[in-house]
Amino acid sequence: MDPDIARVLVESAVKIALFFFILLTVVAYMTLVERRVSAWIQDRQGPNRVGPLGLLQPLADGIKFLFKEEVTPPHVYRPVYLLAPMLIFVPALVTFSVIPIGPALELFGQRVRLQIADVDNGVLVILAFASMGVYGIALAGWSSSNKYSLMGALRSSAQLISYELAMGLSIVGVLMAAGSLRLNDIVQHQIEHGWNLIWQLPGFLIFLTAAFAETNRLPFDLPEAETELVAGYHTEYSGMRFSMFYMAEYANMVTASALAVTLYCGGYHVPGLHLLRLPEPAAALVQVLAFGLKVGFFLFLYVWVRWTLPRFRYDQLMNLGWKVLLPVAVLHILWVSFLVLMNWT
Amino acid sequence: MIDYVPIGLQLVAAVVLAGALLGLSTWLGNPRNSRTDLSPYECGVDPIEPAGKRYTVRFYMVAMLFILFDIEAAFLYPWATIFRDLGPRGLFEMAVFIGVLLVGFLYCWRRGALDWD
Amino acid sequence: MEGPYIAPDPPRFVVDRLNGRFPGSVLDVAEFRGEITVVVAKDALLDVTLFLRDDPETAFDMLTVVTGTHYLDRDYDYEVLYHLYSLPKNHRLRLKVRLREGDTVSSVTPVWPGANWPEREARASSGPSMRPVPAEGEDYLHGETMVVNMGPSHPSTHGVLRLVLTLDGEVVKAVQPHVGYLHRGMEKIAEGMTYNQFVPYTDRLDYLAPLSNNVGFILAVEKLLGITVPARAQVIRVMGCEIARISAHLLWLGTGALDLGAATVFFHTFRERETLYNIIEALTGTRMTTSYTRVGGLARDLPPGWTEQVRAFLGTFPAALDELDALLTRNTIWMKRTQGIGRISARDAIALGLTGPNLRGTGVAYDVRRTEPYSGYETYEFDVPVGATGDAYDRYLVRLEEMRQSVKILDQALRRLPDGPISVDDPKITLPKKERVLTSMEELIEQFMIVTEGIKGPVGEVYHAIEAPKGELGFYIKSEGDKSPYRLQIRSPSFINLQAIETMAVGGLLSDLIAVVASLDPVMGEVDR
Repeated sequence: MDPDIARVLVESAVKIALFFFILLTVVAYMTLVERRVSAWIQDRQGPNRVGPLGLLQPLADGIKFLFKEEVTPPHVYRPVYLLAPMLIFVPALVTFSVIPIGPALELFGQRVRLQIADVDNGVLVILAFASMGVYGIALAGWSSSNKYSLMGALRSSAQLISYELAMGLSIVGVLMAAGSLRLNDIVQHQIEHGWNLIWQLPGFLIFLTAAFAETNRLPFDLPEAETELVAGYHTEYSGMRFSMFYMAEYANMVTASALAVTLYCGGYHVPGLHLLRLPEPAAALVQVLAFGLKVGFFLFLYVWVRWTLPRFRYDQLMNLGWKVLLPVAVLHILWVSFLVLMNWT
Repeated sequence: MIDYVPIGLQLVAAVVLAGALLGLSTWLGNPRNSRTDLSPYECGVDPIEPAGKRYTVRFYMVAMLFILFDIEAAFLYPWATIFRDLGPRGLFEMAVFIGVLLVGFLYCWRRGALDWD
Repeated sequence: MEGPYIAPDPPRFVVDRLNGRFPGSVLDVAEFRGEITVVVAKDALLDVTLFLRDDPETAFDMLTVVTGTHYLDRDYDYEVLYHLYSLPKNHRLRLKVRLREGDTVSSVTPVWPGANWPEREARASSGPSMRPVPAEGEDYLHGETMVVNMGPSHPSTHGVLRLVLTLDGEVVKAVQPHVGYLHRGMEKIAEGMTYNQFVPYTDRLDYLAPLSNNVGFILAVEKLLGITVPARAQVIRVMGCEIARISAHLLWLGTGALDLGAATVFFHTFRERETLYNIIEALTGTRMTTSYTRVGGLARDLPPGWTEQVRAFLGTFPAALDELDALLTRNTIWMKRTQGIGRISARDAIALGLTGPNLRGTGVAYDVRRTEPYSGYETYEFDVPVGATGDAYDRYLVRLEEMRQSVKILDQALRRLPDGPISVDDPKITLPKKERVLTSMEELIEQFMIVTEGIKGPVGEVYHAIEAPKGELGFYIKSEGDKSPYRLQIRSPSFINLQAIETMAVGGLLSDLIAVVASLDPVMGEVDR
């Protein structure tokens, strides 16, 4: 075998194993964070019995889901019904692969990138995998042969594609500034010219709103709006299949937060870090931690918003997407072209 | 293309992981499948009519519009990456393209394709 | 205050007007405890009701409730009773028609659309027939519409309400409510019970405000007996009613917000409700099944430290309410979800018989505490908040303000709480003290008589209404001089209010339906009885 390919394979395998471990842990603990933070917001305790501070609660939940009864109702369209959770879970796990969580550094005599795949079409890869999610939801709802599932799936498909549009257009501004689709270049551009957050605030706000909608989080959680559609597209799912939808939602939140950080908040960049003249590994560690903190902030924002706001109505949601975000996103592109032409960013 | 190999690898790993979780729970989960478990959920009563009927056309309208405008976004991406090199001329060209689409968008808006009730 | 029941003057002129307009149609007139009952010929019913509604002197614009009574020993088999109320004139009238088995009587739905459900209920419970049968909904089972069951087991139908929806996409084309999943036949059960024995059943009407139901029922019995309770009992009853109102409105606010996705409000309201439940528990020994009132007074006096407990709550609650207010009232999403949603005009609301915050949201300041004060409400200072447009947002604002007014009333009640007995001093009505029962022959006999024989009411019929959290809660008692009512009819506000769901929800979106149900605030325990 080509030693180059062998090296890539080994390196990726190690990174992927590490990454899965981290992502699944973050996802598991996000469920705990969600419950503890919501409890804090709501003036109550939250889960605090399993392990110290309830820290083992996610583990207990995981075990519980494994042992839950799996119901496959006879009225569903079986192949699609079984495939749908996979279709939503797998892309959620893969999307993150092109996001750099730190700078490249020298490790074991190798130049190692703190990112699974450094590809030149990074942004497109993310959008491609992210839009896969809609298939999982639409097919889950349709194959369930249940009216609530169907309504949830239709709502969800319409919502996801509408906000995907706004999200896609808001990113254009970032690409224009960086002149590349590679996420490392985008981060590098921000390190050199300042965070995109500063110059492209409208784009950032559109992106953030769309990210909330894309992850089906309140105030945009209509596809599974419990008080209207019972459980929306996953009404007929139970056990591990149900928890896959759940895990995918949280994985998507993590990815969306990481993307917001990478595109608008300088990625792993820590302003003024080079002044400290830290050794390379230490500096890399600080930057990875900074990245984690930034992502953590957005994750907290997700939770905070969810437990504060009521839910939009369906037509209001569509109006916001098509009649507000979309035109504003187009204007934003104009604004960024102006910035770029004036060489301000 | 070698850059893309890790993504493929991760895809395989994710499928294996998802399969393992599903398989494990099918093995460990103990299905009893009583009659109520297996009936479609419709708030505790038997469904009035089957779910797989024709459904309102509005949702499909959204899908159609999405395809139209997503193509716009797809054209914007390569343009955006080389915008610095294209300069004002590039902006003008794209403005014409988007302008044409915007006319279509306004037409849809006026005709009520974006309205829900 | 204690003493005989003082009856207001009934609208006697109505009989003269009826006699003048429909000679021979008025078959009988009776007056009892300030209430007037007119028996009319069954064929004249529709004309008479139409006249009573449209005549500016009578102006009976609201049908309160319909009762069917079955008799075995008379020359007629059924009596159908229409309890009428006039908002502009603030007077009441009871209209009766008498039917033989097999007779039918016209439905009064053309006069008051709100007669729909009460008539169906009367027919189902007592047998008299009304025609025409209210029209079934149009058949929507074609095209791209979908028929969905919402409820009885759905997260936001507030219990076991079942709505069969016809949806065109997200738009609600038709709503067909099905009620009765919680039917227990309370009114029938009452016919075999002494008056005091029925008090626990009233706990289970609007189970979010049991104290208020206890008071409502017992006031009707006391009206029948013609007694008024001592001042201390009255003040405590008022406090119980207002505590129940705050607690019920808090639950409505919490669940209503939860239905629209604001989960946090729910927990904040429940924190406040917990304090209230501690207060209720200290007062009655239980949290929900309070059964606190007795004919002629109360089950027990206030426990030591209770007033301090209430005072402490009154100290902290307004701030907590302001916090909830801040979370929702100016919240853009909340306003978008409730403003202009489930709108109903004052005219339609009255025609349907809506009462309580649902009616006041349309701008009609109808509050039984004001129009027909009981338990000394006329001596308290409080406002009756009204809305303007009759949408869900107005109903929200009205209820929010009502909680503040309840705090005001509670505060006044605490200040004036007099010492003295909590029950009337009548050995035929009030149980003697236990020590006396064990030591004195006379009291032993009195105790024995009340427990075994019950309290016998005079022959007659009364209707008494209170302003419960959900609206006008009325009890109609027909007494044949026995220890139990011959017929009991509960006018439960939720049951009547729920009729408005079609007017409010059809044409809106599915999400609006949720907001409508939440803003109507139905309690199924009261709807189904």
